[in-house]
Amino acid sequence: MADRTQRRAAVIGGNRIPFGRAGGHYAKASNQDMLTATLDGLVARFGLRDERLGEVVAGAVLKHSRDRDLTRESVLGSRLSPATPGYDVQQACGTGLETVIAVANKIALGQIESGIAGGVDSVSDAPVAVNDELRRVLLELNHARSLGARLAAVAKLRPGQIVPDLPRNAEPRTGLSMGEHAAITAAEWEIDREAQDELAVASHQHLAAAYDRGFFDDLVTPYLGLRRDATLRPDASVEAMAKLKPVFGGSGGTMTAGNSTPLSDGASSVLLGSDEWARQRNLPVLAHLVDAETAAVDYVHGGEGLLMAPVYAVPRLLARNGLTLADFDFYEIHEAFASTVLATLKAWEDKAYCTERLGLDAPLGPIDRTRLNVAGSSLAAGHPFAATGGRIVATLAKLLAEKGSGRGLISICAAGGQGVVAILEAT
Amino acid sequence: MTMITEAGADWYRALANNRIGGPLSRQLGLPRPAQLRRYRPGQPLTEGPVLVGNAGTGSLADHVLSLPGMEQVSEATDRLGALVLDATGLGTLEELAVARDFLGSGLRRLGPSGRVLVLANPPEQADGVTAAAARQALDGLVRSMAKELRDGATANLVFVAPDATAADTDSTVLFLLSARSAYLDGQVVRVGPSVGTAVANGSAGPPHTGRVVVVTGAARGIGAAIAEVFARDGAIVVCLDVPAQGDALAATSNRIGGLALQLDITAPDAPARLLEYLSGRHGGVDVVVHNAGITRDKLLVNMDAERWDSVLAVNLRAQLDLNSALLAPGSPLRSGGRLVSVSSTSGIAGNRGQTNYAASKAGIIGMVRALAPSAAGRGVTVNAVAPGFIETAMTAAMPFGTREAGRRINSLHQGGLPVDVAETIAWLAEPGSGGVTGQVVRVCGQSMVGA
Repeated sequence: MADRTQRRAAVIGGNRIPFGRAGGHYAKASNQDMLTATLDGLVARFGLRDERLGEVVAGAVLKHSRDRDLTRESVLGSRLSPATPGYDVQQACGTGLETVIAVANKIALGQIESGIAGGVDSVSDAPVAVNDELRRVLLELNHARSLGARLAAVAKLRPGQIVPDLPRNAEPRTGLSMGEHAAITAAEWEIDREAQDELAVASHQHLAAAYDRGFFDDLVTPYLGLRRDATLRPDASVEAMAKLKPVFGGSGGTMTAGNSTPLSDGASSVLLGSDEWARQRNLPVLAHLVDAETAAVDYVHGGEGLLMAPVYAVPRLLARNGLTLADFDFYEIHEAFASTVLATLKAWEDKAYCTERLGLDAPLGPIDRTRLNVAGSSLAAGHPFAATGGRIVATLAKLLAEKGSGRGLISICAAGGQGVVAILEAT
Repeated sequence: MTMITEAGADWYRALANNRIGGPLSRQLGLPRPAQLRRYRPGQPLTEGPVLVGNAGTGSLADHVLSLPGMEQVSEATDRLGALVLDATGLGTLEELAVARDFLGSGLRRLGPSGRVLVLANPPEQADGVTAAAARQALDGLVRSMAKELRDGATANLVFVAPDATAADTDSTVLFLLSARSAYLDGQVVRVGPSVGTAVANGSAGPPHTGRVVVVTGAARGIGAAIAEVFARDGAIVVCLDVPAQGDALAATSNRIGGLALQLDITAPDAPARLLEYLSGRHGGVDVVVHNAGITRDKLLVNMDAERWDSVLAVNLRAQLDLNSALLAPGSPLRSGGRLVSVSSTSGIAGNRGQTNYAASKAGIIGMVRALAPSAAGRGVTVNAVAPGFIETAMTAAMPFGTREAGRRINSLHQGGLPVDVAETIAWLAEPGSGGVTGQVVRVCGQSMVGA
């Protein structure tokens, strides 16, 4: 059992900008622009102007070299007190949730009383680097001390070096894209097309319904003319989804543009604090962060799927907290791909897998699917990598506050064969 | 957001006040809109001493002279900042002639953006026909005088109920004398006994210090100006607007150090959600300013149900529903609460193409008058302001001719600024304004429209 003597960090609220489609509304916005706007929206919602918070922790997955200390720079550009420190975290798609854990842990330890966790990503404003050969020539030129050395460096310039280095959505160690990896897992677990399409449609319907009932009124602030997530399709239907051609896994594949998350731009933030800090300011406590766990799998040589790490993390987290998989009112499983969610659920129900791979005595069992991603998830909202964790934490915390009781499980898969999971409780 | 600056918006006033345009406009007999004196914190109450006179049995003159910031007239006085005529108790035509004499001679010494203020008792509460006539005559006198004043000077009449205490008039007298009432001209304000427990404005600090104020439609324009004035005056300002305006709302809120609340006030659960927010986050509310409004102009023959319904829903129904919730038992609206609505001169005079808008704004007037007596029992006042031509992004988008006509057909020959509406609302919402309720105060520079 974990040490339960520490106080638990409260989730007070959140703010994000609507997630944009790659090359869409936020095509000209930088990560710093989006993160700053997101912080300012949070400041406005909770009256934090000129407030010195304990810390702001945020990150981005696709990062320009100029975005050194992106978080601190965003704080300086925001309405928060410039005396608020900030630092960056990066763990692929786990970044956002890791920032929440980082802030919450310091609050739990009493090192800070308040903080903001956040994340931002832009695939539209992605870093395009100078060709690596050219970079070496330029560095050599810079280091050259004599005319001869400079001429020698310049002589190495070649026309081909004009081709820039583009960021790739591929695993460095396998060369496969994340979708291709997920397609392998989907095939292994025999996740059929229809189930994936149904999950995607449910995500759109849930997200649209949540917007319609005003659920996001105090979670989202419009930005650059975008008021709702650009990829949201309230009229999504299984029939329309069925017409899409597979994009991963070859011609017989099951994964389409409809049941895979779109490339997106956006930012999110979560305000955390101690109960006392919240009480002093009459701020609501939506939920508490109970515990978190990170896992990683060997997807390179170990025969495990790239996005299967949360499957390992959850049983460890449950065991430490004396809980079973059925003990939750809400499940927030990040929809990197519909097949990822379905493979995760199937693995927890698989006796052989649970005993052989996870080392459990029995399967974790099924979950009540009506409690899964009830306010929509990444398939509908989009998935700006580092911003997803903050979106999910704020959404789940508000769901728990509305219910007034209960517990929620967050599961987020990440590149590099990693996964971050966490538990929130209403009280 | 775009702030409308005085000089930037009104090209003609800039011209009529420069070296070439000034003499030219005078020779041509064109109107010469003045640079109005507007409030800055720390500024003197008036631009020069205040001459206080009597016509009638007058009971308020000494009290007015004792008000904070009142500059007394001395031997050296040349230019007057304001003229105050205490005509309380006035009841004869002879006393009316005294009023003429005092005001007429005083006007010559009134400086730029000077103030004329006449205090009298309401005609309907006079003993006898002659007294009622004499008191009502002041109305014609003041309104006409307001049209004769120059250089941004204004004249207003306050009818003080006989059962009101002298202190009940303080917030109104100080407002009408100050630069905060820059665009309020030719109006009649009624002051009665304070509803609930009479509360003077706190002596320390600005009048709204620590009070919780909600402003709807606060993202831009007049709403943003209202939020800003309340924040300046010490209030905790909840800036409310529809979620779609959230980015502008956050900017306004952060500029003034307030709180942003994204909420569609036409949603069925909006009153409940707002009240829950106010109870939970602020432990109550002192002032609610109903400013949110939309226009969907169309001639009545072409007016479809959608245009009609949407305007009525935002401009009137939402206010009715929220006020009803605020005045229900157990609501977070505290005693001493203030409800202020933004009506419009369109609601008083009508406006072509605005049957829906004018209906909603006239409906507000009906609502305010009907609510005031019942709200008084809770110590709450209910009032409306009716802005005339106010320089906003909306009026900037008007066709040139319409805009110029709108600007000039008032006694100050210029449009008002959002801050003028905001200052008027802030006065009505003051703790010391408990004697002002059920009223519609026009902020129109004495526009000929709806006079």
